[in-house]
Amino acid sequence: MLALPKKELITFLIFAVVVLTMPIWLTPFGASYPGLLQKFAIYGLLAVGFNILFGLTGYLSFGHAAFLGVGSYAAVWSFKLLSMNAIPAIVFAVILSGLFALVIGYLSLKRSGIYFSILTLAFAQMSYNLAYSVLTPITNGETGLQLTLQDPRVLDLAFSERGAGLPLVELFGVDMAGYGGFYLSAILLIIGFFVAQKITLSPFGLMLKGIKSNQNRMKYTGFNIRPYTLAAFVISGMYAGLAGGLLAVTDPLAGAERMQWTASGELVLMTILGGVGTMFGPVLGAWIMKYLENIFSAFNENVLHNLFSFLPEGVQEVAVRFVALFVGEGWHLTLGLMFVLVVVFLPGGLMEGYRRFVNRFFNGKKPKPRVPDKQTQPAE
Amino acid sequence: MDAILVQFLNGLDKGGAYALIALGLTLVFGTLGVVNFAHGAIFMIGSFVAVAFRQILTWESVVLSETELSPWGTALEIRTPYALEWFGDFGNILIDFSVPIAVLLAIPVMYLVGISMERGLIKHFYKRPHAEQILVTFGLAIVLGEVARTFFGANPIPQPMPEAVRGAADIGVLFGMAENAITYPWWRLIYFIFSLVVIGAVFAFLRFTTFGLVVRAGMSDRETVELLGINIDRRFTIMFGLAAVVAGVAGVMYTPLLPPTYSLGMDFLVLSFVVVVVGGMGSLPGAVAAGFLLGILQSFAAMTEVKEIFPGIDQVIIYLVAVVILLVRPRGLFGRKGVMET
Amino acid sequence: MSTSDHNIVLHVADVHMRFGGLHALADIDLEVEEGKTHAIIGPNGAGKSTLLNVCVGRLAPTSGAVVFDGQIITGMKPHEINQAGVARVFQTPEIFPDLSVLDNVMAPAFARRDGAFKLNFLGNMHREAEIREEAEHFINDVGMTAELDTHAGALSRGDKRRLELAMCLIQHPRLLLLDEPTAGMSRHDTNTTIELLRKIKERGMTKVIIEHDMHVVFSLADKISVLAQGRIIAEGTPDEVRANPKVKEAYLGSTQE
Repeated sequence: MLALPKKELITFLIFAVVVLTMPIWLTPFGASYPGLLQKFAIYGLLAVGFNILFGLTGYLSFGHAAFLGVGSYAAVWSFKLLSMNAIPAIVFAVILSGLFALVIGYLSLKRSGIYFSILTLAFAQMSYNLAYSVLTPITNGETGLQLTLQDPRVLDLAFSERGAGLPLVELFGVDMAGYGGFYLSAILLIIGFFVAQKITLSPFGLMLKGIKSNQNRMKYTGFNIRPYTLAAFVISGMYAGLAGGLLAVTDPLAGAERMQWTASGELVLMTILGGVGTMFGPVLGAWIMKYLENIFSAFNENVLHNLFSFLPEGVQEVAVRFVALFVGEGWHLTLGLMFVLVVVFLPGGLMEGYRRFVNRFFNGKKPKPRVPDKQTQPAE
Repeated sequence: MDAILVQFLNGLDKGGAYALIALGLTLVFGTLGVVNFAHGAIFMIGSFVAVAFRQILTWESVVLSETELSPWGTALEIRTPYALEWFGDFGNILIDFSVPIAVLLAIPVMYLVGISMERGLIKHFYKRPHAEQILVTFGLAIVLGEVARTFFGANPIPQPMPEAVRGAADIGVLFGMAENAITYPWWRLIYFIFSLVVIGAVFAFLRFTTFGLVVRAGMSDRETVELLGINIDRRFTIMFGLAAVVAGVAGVMYTPLLPPTYSLGMDFLVLSFVVVVVGGMGSLPGAVAAGFLLGILQSFAAMTEVKEIFPGIDQVIIYLVAVVILLVRPRGLFGRKGVMET
Repeated sequence: MSTSDHNIVLHVADVHMRFGGLHALADIDLEVEEGKTHAIIGPNGAGKSTLLNVCVGRLAPTSGAVVFDGQIITGMKPHEINQAGVARVFQTPEIFPDLSVLDNVMAPAFARRDGAFKLNFLGNMHREAEIREEAEHFINDVGMTAELDTHAGALSRGDKRRLELAMCLIQHPRLLLLDEPTAGMSRHDTNTTIELLRKIKERGMTKVIIEHDMHVVFSLADKISVLAQGRIIAEGTPDEVRANPKVKEAYLGSTQE
């Protein structure tokens, strides 16, 4: 049950090593601190899950952030009501977001194509707007859901006294705010990656790819499409819930902005950037986006002036002005441009670019011709 | 009764804006077959045309006063807009009426914006899957929003309406009610009428011109029209420009009601898609009807009486309508069967 | 019409189909016997494809019913009809263009083995040796072993048709519906396909075939129904139909290609 074919097993092992050694190889990039490492792992997981839906079935959900948000809220409530232990929080996050995905998926999957996208978008926006308004008792509205000193935490307090300050999230005594949180997320990312690999290589995965390729043929081949798409939707919703739960584990607060449709858009973007439907692409996309977001938004005028200090004064001013458009506050401009360029020139994302690059320079082989030359081309 | 009439009126201007945006969106979809997520951004650009025009009009010359001193002891700066220096009182009128005048300015500007968008980017996506169209236009929408932010900052920039039409019209009197029983801001009334005029113009254009005839024919059966040797592509490009103009002027006129910010495009995008879907993809009358319907529904949902029965309804009404319509009648109110259902 | 000792696999009973004012099918009564190849011919617009669509659940008839193997299948969903044992080859090949030829043929085999839905996401494709061998066998049958790993979207149209045929055959359907299986094929490919369909016939599979190419029809069919303007105007063995003056008038005479 747990076996993988050799090639995929190697991919998996390399992936596991790459993820676990991130604190080491990211050091020269200046990205090796817990806060960012946690984000890499968590958003990687989110993208892997999203790819199970979008990459395999081709159903483009524009509302996946809702599940991320539900996961976060569920985890924080688990901290508040039960225990500061990470495990119940994660379990609740996955179960609740799974149920939520089941309901939304059941309804949204009655339609396909852009109608499906708009349905998911509408559901996510409803969740977001409600989280800000009438659901305030559950979500704490604009302030966001936080831990307080008065939280019941029934499990914890049954065994120990209430401490003086706000308690910390822990797992077997390890504090989850630092590297502990990263390693937990990293291990879950590796497991999530493995499960995604299994799905891709299973008959179930073949059916999902069949749905993306030709729904009509699937129907006339005797497959009931909706349970397949619904299963994919729920699985990918659970991944998102898990990611949301982990966000809360590493930093125990949850806000509605996590559910906004721009957040869903960002998730789509990551997946596209890396390469839809590939195993590693979405994770890569997530990493690159979180990394660029981190360094680009940290730039300010001073940093830029230092950076361009080798230039003569007038030129320096121009250069700083120009680059400032794209960094710091302007980071979203870079993001949007990147997105447009990728969709226009590399619809297959960075993985496709990599493949083309390898084919061109190392194999010396031209990419396979799309249509093999056969003489049986029909004369219609 | 009064309260209901008031809510009904309140929905009209919003409905007009929705209808205008959705009209362009569905026109582009019907003609070019493109799902344009950047259409809301066009509305946003339109609103910034109004801002830019007013900023240009109020550029000021600075003269240091020879006699008066500022509180800091330096010479007092006297600022006069160039418009006043050059045109005198007429300049004042220009500034006062900057929003309606900007509508005229927006027509060529938005047309150019539309055409360059279509030629520069969208045309490469006619044959690509809808998902890719959504993605690339979504990226474009982000870019346009950010460019606007670079030039105009992140804060909303309120645009005053002309002096003469501030205040409210006493609608109640017309219906034989007491004075001030129902008042309705003039500008909202103007916006509603304006939207009707633009919608009428678009329909008349499509109905009564040869160009419109070809476009309508192309919308229902592209292949046949192309077989007749008509260059439908060029006409569709022009349609894209027109859709941009419609959304753009809708944006300009809306500025006194809602101060423009860079995020306006995204806010209106989701709404306008919902409107298009409710009306039926590719249906022009559907877009208009659904625009007004949703505007009015939204306004009713905001009533305290309604909110008491359904808490939070005002927050979700639009999406709720969209979900119900899509599940019960996926082609929308007026849509043809089978459009984009795969 | 009465049949005594032969088992009726498909019975189209008194089917009417109206599209608005158009009477696309009128009073269609058709019986297909087990193991036989039943051809439906007729000029363009006679209602042949409509009839086939009614049989597979793509269209619901205005009145009447389709009975397959003693079970009424009108109103059933396409996948249910397939699970009941009806497979269909389309006029324009419906395959999975993004998958390899092997995967294309394996998928229908899973549908037969596992039913309409099975959540076996921890299964292993590479451990499904039985299904794989079977798929390779059927790919070999249609002469495409060399293309096993090719993306199906890159195949020529003739190859796509043969692939689709293999996808239907691997399901061992009780009834195979073929909508112009040789349209757009070269003479050579047409002959190969005829050979292939003959082979299937020897295995006793029941077929309904819609075809324009008279060469194909007369080399395969046991029984022919002639459809014109939504009605069956003649029925019989190939020889009977060939001799029928009504057919000549309505079909061969008017739209000789």
